[in-house]
Amino acid sequence: MSRLLVCPPDYFSVAYEINPWMRLSNRVNPERARAQWSGLMKVLEEDVGAVLVRMKPAPGLPDMVFTANAGTVCGRRAVPSRFRHPERQREEPYFEAWFRKQGYEVQKLDDDLYFEGAGDLLGFPDSVQGAWFGGYRQRSDIRAYVRLGELFSREIIPLELVDSRFYHLDTCFCPLSGGELLYYPTAFDSYAKTVIAERVGEPFRLVVTETEALRFACNAVCVGKHVVLPAGCPRAMTLLETRGYQPHPVPLDEFMKAGGSAKCLTLALE
Amino acid sequence: MATIQETVVLHGHIIDSLILAKVLDTILMMGGTFDLQDVRIGVTRDEPSRARIVVRAASTELLAEILEAIQPHGASVERERDCSVELAPADGILPDQFYATTHLPTQVRLNGQWVEVEGIEMDVAIVANRSRPSAKAVPMHDVKQGDAVVVGRDGVRVLPLERPKEQDVFGFMEAQVSAERPHGHIIADIARRMRALRDGQGRGKVLLSGGPAIIHAGGREALAWLIEEGFVHVLFAGNALAAHDMEAALYGTSLGYGLTAGRSVPHGHEHHLRTINRIRAIGSIEQTVSTGVIQDGIMAACVRRHVSVVLTGSIRDDGPLPGVITDTLAAQSAMRAALPGVGLALLVASTLLSIATGNLLPATVPTVCVDVNPSVPTKLADRGSFQAVGLVMDAASFLRELARELGYKA
Repeated sequence: MSRLLVCPPDYFSVAYEINPWMRLSNRVNPERARAQWSGLMKVLEEDVGAVLVRMKPAPGLPDMVFTANAGTVCGRRAVPSRFRHPERQREEPYFEAWFRKQGYEVQKLDDDLYFEGAGDLLGFPDSVQGAWFGGYRQRSDIRAYVRLGELFSREIIPLELVDSRFYHLDTCFCPLSGGELLYYPTAFDSYAKTVIAERVGEPFRLVVTETEALRFACNAVCVGKHVVLPAGCPRAMTLLETRGYQPHPVPLDEFMKAGGSAKCLTLALE
Repeated sequence: MATIQETVVLHGHIIDSLILAKVLDTILMMGGTFDLQDVRIGVTRDEPSRARIVVRAASTELLAEILEAIQPHGASVERERDCSVELAPADGILPDQFYATTHLPTQVRLNGQWVEVEGIEMDVAIVANRSRPSAKAVPMHDVKQGDAVVVGRDGVRVLPLERPKEQDVFGFMEAQVSAERPHGHIIADIARRMRALRDGQGRGKVLLSGGPAIIHAGGREALAWLIEEGFVHVLFAGNALAAHDMEAALYGTSLGYGLTAGRSVPHGHEHHLRTINRIRAIGSIEQTVSTGVIQDGIMAACVRRHVSVVLTGSIRDDGPLPGVITDTLAAQSAMRAALPGVGLALLVASTLLSIATGNLLPATVPTVCVDVNPSVPTKLADRGSFQAVGLVMDAASFLRELARELGYKA
């Protein structure tokens, strides 16, 4: 059973601009946002069978809704994020407190090592072994992966992100439970593209079109054979279906105003 | 100027992720170079790897740009330590673990700053001064009790030679010795350097370290001409070269052999002794020239052109001539003192003096070793003067051809 940490969008808004998607002028409709978020929760709980763990949102922290950036969790250990932007650094104590309260063994990184949690550190679901992939250059610091690799005794392959619209790894890279990778290669530098090709065989690489990549088709939640992704990505859905996955499109355009979608709104706890 | 360098470390899963490849490519693409040191590759996939990379660039600015470009990929500047020093226990005695120099440009780290070691030469120690901060190369016998001598290898770095801008024979920067190669282009390159050092903007001195075979073989006029024309500024020689040069001026012989007649003259073997005795009576070579007793030749040209002359003695010397330094350590110091500013060294027809001079020269000074015996340039290279270009040829032919390249008409 998959447990996902989520945070209701009570205080969600675009209150600052820290990625190319955010425009202060592009105001969030709170009702629509809440409806879309609830729709996502319903699909996750009812269609996918995930167990949702809700944390309490905090006023003045509009991006806390994106729990993927709370940190990274492996077993009973959690490493809380250290955000690059001061606007989001204020979320850190809330996430850390939540991990502690839940009984996680909390390991903190040095203050000068930016690391934005499961937004940038991803592995193939249900894979106990195998490498993790760490996006760097936009938000997380490559040196954080050295420390995390030691902490979790894992191979972590850093991948350089070169397009600021795909500022977290989970915006352009989605490992699936069957070993396939849904991704948008243009978001990576040539070395990362080569490494991905070496790690994921050609038949397993599902390349998303630019149009759908910009709709955050890769910001999808994979639980078993279910993939929950933002609505408006028919080609990605076809790709998934041909590999035996059941796609669940969910309208999440209110959250795209802040540069986030389905995956950003969840944190896998197991 | 020497290349600037900084050591960076790269740690983590850097091999399969191509991060190491990316960092090295970036250094090269930006115009830097690197030395990959201490690469430790993780044994298992989970185990991280580690690489130490010495990054080099032609300027501080370029190095800073390269470091800035590779830091986001995890290359962090290694935290380096200051060099360690111990006080010399007595005059002329170094601490046990003293750092022994090479003749390559060397820097030591003092108070977190890299400082150039002044007067670098091979096989000496480094004395550091933290308060200035500065460091200089000091031979064992010159060390004074209480001098702060660099020990161990921490905080010491040796820089490789930069390839010279000039596309000439010195650009190869490796000892080349062959009797079976044409000499013409090498001599033409040497002449070009000498003209540039005499007339060019960044003027420098030419050192000639020579043996008496120059006189015996008939190279005296060509060398005297080179000196008169201002192409040679420092002369290292022994008692014999000076004695036979002045013997030739007074008697027309070299070691009793008629230089023009080409045969030995009766009682000619006494000529060099009588020459030495005469000059000893006058008091100095300078006075001998200034009073007109000697009017031509190498020593006369040196006096007229104010060439720095260091005459060093040896056990088999007759006389010796006034001015010959018979204390070997004093001679070594006098040679050392004449080296600053030397931009080209010609070591001609003298085994021991060539090696002695080679030992004192930093590797940055282009050096030519000329001898009919190929073992001399080979020996010089074996003793560490790898930058010396070896020319296997007769001293007189070399000097004449060199002088002709520079306009000598005879």
